[in-house]
Amino acid sequence: MALQDICDFQDIFLDRGTSSLPFGKKTGFNYMRGLPFSNSTSLFNFYIPVAEYLDKSPLEFGQISPIQSASTPLSQDVTLPSLSLPENPLLSSPQPVSLPFPISHGTTTLAFIFQGGVLAAADTRSSCAGYVEGPAAQKILPIHSHMVSTTSGTSADCALWKRILSRELRLYQLRHGRRLSTSGAAKLLSHMLHPFKGTELCVAAIMCGWDGGEVHGHLDDTGGTKTDPGGCTETTKEIDKSVDPSLEKTQSSFSSVGGQQPLAREKRNGSGPCMFYVCSDGTRLQGNLFSVGSGSPYAISVLDQGVKWELTLDEATSIAREAVYRATHRDAYSGNHVDIYHISSKGWIRRSREDLKEEYYREKERRERGIRQIMTLSEENMKQTKMA
Amino acid sequence: MISSQSFGESGKMKEYHYSGPVEQRFSPYSFNGGTVLAVAGEDFAIVASDTRLSEGYSIHSRDSPKCYKLTDTTVIGCSGFHGDCLTLTKIIDARLKTYKHSNNKTMTSGAIAAMLSTILYGRRFFPYYVYNIIGGLDEHGKGAVYSFDPVGSYQRDTYKAGGSASAMLQPLLDNQIGFKNMEGVEHVPLTQDKAVQLVKDVFISAAERDVYTGDALRICIITKEGIKEQTIPLRKD
Repeated sequence: MALQDICDFQDIFLDRGTSSLPFGKKTGFNYMRGLPFSNSTSLFNFYIPVAEYLDKSPLEFGQISPIQSASTPLSQDVTLPSLSLPENPLLSSPQPVSLPFPISHGTTTLAFIFQGGVLAAADTRSSCAGYVEGPAAQKILPIHSHMVSTTSGTSADCALWKRILSRELRLYQLRHGRRLSTSGAAKLLSHMLHPFKGTELCVAAIMCGWDGGEVHGHLDDTGGTKTDPGGCTETTKEIDKSVDPSLEKTQSSFSSVGGQQPLAREKRNGSGPCMFYVCSDGTRLQGNLFSVGSGSPYAISVLDQGVKWELTLDEATSIAREAVYRATHRDAYSGNHVDIYHISSKGWIRRSREDLKEEYYREKERRERGIRQIMTLSEENMKQTKMA
Repeated sequence: MISSQSFGESGKMKEYHYSGPVEQRFSPYSFNGGTVLAVAGEDFAIVASDTRLSEGYSIHSRDSPKCYKLTDTTVIGCSGFHGDCLTLTKIIDARLKTYKHSNNKTMTSGAIAAMLSTILYGRRFFPYYVYNIIGGLDEHGKGAVYSFDPVGSYQRDTYKAGGSASAMLQPLLDNQIGFKNMEGVEHVPLTQDKAVQLVKDVFISAAERDVYTGDALRICIITKEGIKEQTIPLRKD
């Protein structure tokens, strides 16, 4: 619905009645049915090529049912089977067109919660199958004054979906008089991406926000159903714990360190820092520490040894910078600069972009100083032993 | 059965066997070559492209420039698949007209860039095979360059090269305009004449090393007075 409003303009040129084009079909379906604030039944149109010369045998991929395979694409049948089915029609399309060009990918992003709020950091390299397309890309995108989203995956997908999410959150704020919580925003994004599960759309975002402030009334520590807008209540904490064991089985490219600071958490009553990882394959997880991207294994090891609840802002910033620096050093697809954002109760603050080349020289300097100290110490020792 | 042997790397024999018929799928895309470049200055912008249209080993045309004028302050350079370039520019023109008629003002460069991003993303699953670069003046009269990938991700730059020779030109621009990877150099802001000369030199180098770039160079210089065009010949081989 939202994407169609922004992206789809073809309705002006095409008669609304016909939905078959010489080279393909427009598939439409109502994917936002049932959500509380979607009051239009507009169709979501993405142009997908279904011409017969692009088809291999559709049943090969086991993606469409025998009923659908009977209808030939050339027939001018306006009642497409996909319109009547509530399932995802994109899954039932034949093999997508193979692209002659690669799309931007590869990154290191991380975020963690500490006593001062949420800290998010990311590198700035946007690469395209070996060529650095953008050495100064922006991977941390602000959603609203108190929420920021780190993005990984295809940059076009991330940019567009973040734009749509900002729009929907703003509409929610105008309709209901309060900001949607991080949990709600993450759920909204997850539901918006769900129709595209199985396609090559790739978005892996960490939503970092500070909830609460103007939330009144029905928030309880004991209460909290899933629809409660205050995301960080007791029930979600339990869900977080139960999800943890299953994390071992999932990809090792991120980890969630949940439930390690029970003392500090219990004090919160629905407001405070909150973090969710949302992925286009349907994952939605709450946690205290995440790292996403091709360089995340390197960043995670640095974060695991240093992140504590009691960190000061400066310590947290230097750990985040160190983690991204190590990841960019080892991962070819990450590099250039590091962006650090801090989200507190007053909103998000962006630190100036730092060139990691400087960090490399600073570290070299530190190492040389360290070696020199060791040398002088050992010389003194030798002198003492000689004298003694 | 047909088998032939030939020498592969390191002197070992490679064997080719006829292993059965191979289905060649129809590809809706084709690569027509061409390079586009855009540079933004303090109060000017330059969009330049070569004019060769090729496909495989043939040259279809020596006079097919890839810069298209959108408004008095914006020019777009599109390279990649020529069919998609033409359709995309037609769609952009139509949207510009609609905007002009609904809002009684011309679209600014930033607005055109945002609109193009959504047009490209609307075809996320069957993309326009076009590498776009928009050059123009923003609302404050400063030069602006917006570079895109085929599915709509974009950002504002000071300079950008796109198309077949982009990987060769971009590092040169990084060095000469961005003063990157050099130590102890004074960062002098770019004047219009120096920028035009740089663009010409850079394209001459590109034509030497990239087979899809050559024939002629079309430069569009955008200032608040309007858009001036120059055509300079390049290697034709």
